[in-house]
Amino acid sequence: MIQPAPTGQSQVRDAVALRGVSVDFSTPQGVLEVVREVDLGVGAGEFLCIVGPTGCGKSTLLNLVAGLLVPSVGSVLIDETPVTGIHSAVGYLFQADALLPWRDALGNVAAGLVFRGVPRREAEAEALAWLARVGLAGAARRYPHQLSGGMKKRVALAQVLAVNPRILLMDEPFSALDVQTRAQMENELLRLWAQDRKSVIFITHDLEEAIALGDRVVVMSAGPASRPVGSHVIDLPRPREVEEIRMTPRFLELQRQIWEQLRHEVHAGLTRTGAWTE
Amino acid sequence: MSAGTARLWPWQLALLGVLLLGWHELTAREVLPSFFFGRPLLVWAVLRQWFTSGLIYPHLGVTLLETLLAFACGTLLGILAGMWLGLSPRVAALLEPYIKAANAMPRVVLAPIFAMWFGLGVGSKVALGITLVFFGVFFNVLQGIREVSPVVLANARLLGASPAQLLRHVYWPAATSWVFSSLHTSVGMAFVGAVVGEYLGSARGVGYLILQAEGVFDINAVIAGMVVLTVCALLLDALVTRVERRLLVWRPTPVSAAHADSR
Repeated sequence: MIQPAPTGQSQVRDAVALRGVSVDFSTPQGVLEVVREVDLGVGAGEFLCIVGPTGCGKSTLLNLVAGLLVPSVGSVLIDETPVTGIHSAVGYLFQADALLPWRDALGNVAAGLVFRGVPRREAEAEALAWLARVGLAGAARRYPHQLSGGMKKRVALAQVLAVNPRILLMDEPFSALDVQTRAQMENELLRLWAQDRKSVIFITHDLEEAIALGDRVVVMSAGPASRPVGSHVIDLPRPREVEEIRMTPRFLELQRQIWEQLRHEVHAGLTRTGAWTE
Repeated sequence: MSAGTARLWPWQLALLGVLLLGWHELTAREVLPSFFFGRPLLVWAVLRQWFTSGLIYPHLGVTLLETLLAFACGTLLGILAGMWLGLSPRVAALLEPYIKAANAMPRVVLAPIFAMWFGLGVGSKVALGITLVFFGVFFNVLQGIREVSPVVLANARLLGASPAQLLRHVYWPAATSWVFSSLHTSVGMAFVGAVVGEYLGSARGVGYLILQAEGVFDINAVIAGMVVLTVCALLLDALVTRVERRLLVWRPTPVSAAHADSR
């Protein structure tokens, strides 16, 4: 049932690796261990999806890789080098709105390039090309508050991709979107990813989304002290159309397989929170 | 302006006419003693005399100069102090009681001290105006800096922003946007500082004119001075609204609503 991580993975140089990583937060109630002894590798060009119950520290893993958070124990490696701070090879698409509200779409997409020293004129030309790639060339002069939720996500995606990161971290980026917009965004993401195959860590609570997008799905155990409990290779052919692939027999088979494990963790998570409130 | 208020303005004007007429009638019949209440036609005569003779211009010029200087200096100091304390929570915690005390104090009582320190000229009025403008701006900027979304900040850092770039592209716009939201009050405060300062001791300015008129019980000139000040305040306010619309296009409310109407 549960397939172990392919053994070939550890021999290939991982683009991102977490080795024995634990993270503690001190809270008024005491020390809370968010994740414990996490070992996780992401190959170069691999699209890795992480699913798990609410509160299992999925975002914590991304913050570790992004250098926004330092592990209490263990090490985080990018290209075999320990992460000591924000790494220029990492792009991060946040769950919440992260656009600069005082800059229009073009200014937002150009921001990363400007920060990295590209002359403004050049940065804006590049940004316009990226806006066109996400289908928003016509909205270049609109401010975030004038864009719909889906359009804001596209701008955010263009903003991240414009600085051309080798590693892309995505934290439930489409969870706030309606079903149709979401499927469209997923297809667009796959199309853009296929062009240069960045290493992706995609966090979601939606198993269907994880299977439709990923090369591999990792299941996290219920928190606290959460860790990966299963790794499933998704051998669905690419290119994929997310709405269609959902109906294929292999997809359903994989879904049943992974859900078997995820259900257990979701259940554990619910009883734990239930016990906590009593 | 929406359609509703656009249709209201003739009525608003009519109301002003009724009030003026009522004032005129009551004082003309001495129901209200004109010595204490003035007479609208005499006020008008004073105003005409002031503007035709050009007497008012140097006074008005001084008052506006004081207002603008107090506004500019107070705002700048408020932004700098707000950003500094917003970015250094420890210093902010240390200074908190002092800031509270300074803000709670009725700062108009500083006017005599400033008059002693800076003399009866422009300086003392600007100083008073600064103390009035500073706190409004300061608290707004402090709030603005503290409320910068951590996600926006993390995003900017991940996109490669250096600390200096964060200051310029994230903190500065966040802080100044809050300044603009308090712009109306700030300009009003600067104006109050200038006039009150003049009123308490000066040799020039519209406040000085009012003080002079009061000294000789010329109620009509006092009212004329008030009219000049009110009109100036309204003009400044309208100017601020225009600037605000220009600078805050990125804000959802209320600027975009105003934009939608102007189309």
